[in-house]
Amino acid sequence: MSSYSLIIRTATAIMVPLLLLFSISLLIRGHDEPGGGFIAGLVASSAFSMYLFAFDADSTKKFLKVNSRILMGVGLLLAMIAGFIALAFGQEFLTAQWLYIALGNLGTLKLSTPLLFDIGVYLVVLGTVTTIIIALAKSEDA
Amino acid sequence: MMQAVLLPIALPMLAGALCMVFWFQPRLQTYLSILSAVLVMLSAVWLFALHAELGILVLQLGGWQAPFGISLVADTLAMSMVLIASIIYLGTLIFSLASQSKTSLRYGYLPLLNLMVAGVMGSFLTGDIFNLYVWFEIMLIASFGLLILGGEKAQLRGAIKYVAMNLLSSALFLTAIGLLYGMVGTLNMADVAVKLQAIEDQRLIIIVSMLFMVAFGIKAAAFPLFFWLPASYHTPAVAVSAVFAGLLTKVGVYVLFRFYTLIFTQDLDFTHHSILLWAGILTMVIGVLGAAAQMSIRRILSVHIISQIGYMLVALAIFSPLAIAGGIFYIIHNIVVKTNLFFISGIIYYQRGSYELKKLGGLYKDSPWLAIFFLLSALSLAGLPPLSGFFAKFIVISAIVAERDWWTLFFAVAVSLLTLFSMLKIWSYAFWGKKPEISEDSPMPRLTGQAYWMWVPVTFLAVTSLGMGLAAEFFFQYAQQAAYELLHPHHYIQAVLGE
Amino acid sequence: MILIMAFLIGSMYAGAIYMMMRRSIIKLVMGLIILANATNLLIFTVAGPLRRGAPPLIAEGSIVPDQLVADPLPQALILTAIVISFGVLAFAVVLIHRVYEVIGVDDMNNLKDDSE
Repeated sequence: MSSYSLIIRTATAIMVPLLLLFSISLLIRGHDEPGGGFIAGLVASSAFSMYLFAFDADSTKKFLKVNSRILMGVGLLLAMIAGFIALAFGQEFLTAQWLYIALGNLGTLKLSTPLLFDIGVYLVVLGTVTTIIIALAKSEDA
Repeated sequence: MMQAVLLPIALPMLAGALCMVFWFQPRLQTYLSILSAVLVMLSAVWLFALHAELGILVLQLGGWQAPFGISLVADTLAMSMVLIASIIYLGTLIFSLASQSKTSLRYGYLPLLNLMVAGVMGSFLTGDIFNLYVWFEIMLIASFGLLILGGEKAQLRGAIKYVAMNLLSSALFLTAIGLLYGMVGTLNMADVAVKLQAIEDQRLIIIVSMLFMVAFGIKAAAFPLFFWLPASYHTPAVAVSAVFAGLLTKVGVYVLFRFYTLIFTQDLDFTHHSILLWAGILTMVIGVLGAAAQMSIRRILSVHIISQIGYMLVALAIFSPLAIAGGIFYIIHNIVVKTNLFFISGIIYYQRGSYELKKLGGLYKDSPWLAIFFLLSALSLAGLPPLSGFFAKFIVISAIVAERDWWTLFFAVAVSLLTLFSMLKIWSYAFWGKKPEISEDSPMPRLTGQAYWMWVPVTFLAVTSLGMGLAAEFFFQYAQQAAYELLHPHHYIQAVLGE
Repeated sequence: MILIMAFLIGSMYAGAIYMMMRRSIIKLVMGLIILANATNLLIFTVAGPLRRGAPPLIAEGSIVPDQLVADPLPQALILTAIVISFGVLAFAVVLIHRVYEVIGVDDMNNLKDDSE
């Protein structure tokens, strides 16, 4: 599976940070513009897939740092917490909650449970896709 | 208080998420799962208490009023299913303490099981058709994972068929959802039921209802769509087989009960009295004949699931208050008994290292209690008094008699006798037969925990089946209440849409 | 337009069913992929977004949208269905890969119960 092509390796070195940054920008703008957790998660996992093509399954695992199943679990947990926060305010499960923080000249920072939910989705998608590609790549290697 | 409706879905899901977070600590996962199962059971009881006070419970997720948001609805049928499913959930977890191998725990047995249960609970409680699709898929993906856990050849072979048929069913389900949405512009079940009354062209409704019936028929393993079941259910670990047998096909039946009492009752003569009735009868007959031909305990039990589904479909098809109540009683009874028979087959397997009837024998002498529990469950399945199966069959059959449908009656009684035959076959080979020489080449399966954990759920479920028979009237009252709610859908609709 | 879509969806369903009835396992999965896409197109067509409309956003301060908007629900349904079929099919691909490794042939006939 591991390719030693210089072109892919060089491209990976440039593309992976770009893709990861792009995925985060997609994630954050996703609330009222095109983007969101799912698509951002796919972009991020495409970065890891690219890394996998350039190197191999084990180094991708190392590059990911966290076990991808745990990533899935944390994501699911975050998404559920986003739903439960509304209960603390006496509203129905999943009702969106907003927190406005004034930052002086910089404007207001709007934090919300939908954002938390989206981060959860992002992690679940990233975890799922990396689990699958690493499993496929490993069985190819063996 | 309405938030209680959320608990049976949220708790297993939370447990599933936490199990994934603690991926490398199987012991912690086990504790979390058992805690979640106990809490789900308590919340189901709480639902019953709330229902007695407030009537049908409805939760509008995110504060979006129906029909715009997703509603979760707990009527008597849904609550009963949640309660019985939580018992099976807990029972399976306890059984797994002894039987689940370390490798399967390392490869995510518990996260998958929890997520599957969350999907099952979601399917029971949702009041939105698209949301139902999502829960079905969660349940399905988790069940795929459970089915191939271990990766044996037979499992993979079964899994391909299971996956293919279930994905086909999902695609048909989604097609039907699309067409339905095109017709009425809503997917809230209560709202769909109201809006369909205003549609003049009945033909399109019938087409859509048939698409739903095929989709759910595949899930429920109804004739002629059951082929995936005998190909796959006997392959995974025994705890997985048991929870599949107890819950998965019943979700299909539950959804049929929901849809064909609430939404599609326009043309009873066609949908219920001809198609569902004959599908039910044939399911019953083919299932029992298929079981009679098998020579391995787990296969007999798997194929038997199909036959039992037939009774439930016939009860739905007759569509009288008595029949629906009987059908609901039957579902609950069948979940208990079927799961227990699978658990017992598991104990046999761990004692003798085989499911093949020819390699078994002498179990009555070796472990008389197992024989008693088996007999309790098997005779209950066949419908002998005073066990739960007798009353389940008795109610359904008296509903058939009340309709003067003699052919159905004939098949129902004949299938019942053949069921007894299959169960006695297991009895006479495995329990009464002579103990065969232990062959040296077949390695014995090793337990990973204390064997007594396997006996806890078996005892409990056997006693439950006996109790459901002895206190049949108490349970039947609930079944009647559930049937009343199903046959008078305006209560449901009013509760959801709030007019 | 709707006629073209009807023919397109019909032929996709037909193609998918044909693929699924072949003996090859790879083709089975390809059939399932086509089936999932055909279903999404069906929702897209039947549920009405072929009509043009503005994005269903309500201006700040008003209660109803001030112009004709497209129905957002079918798009949400399709998006969800795509996500789900993505997950399920990814699983199916891993599964057939495993099956191919263990059994070694891409032929349904080798999946019979007793073909040891």
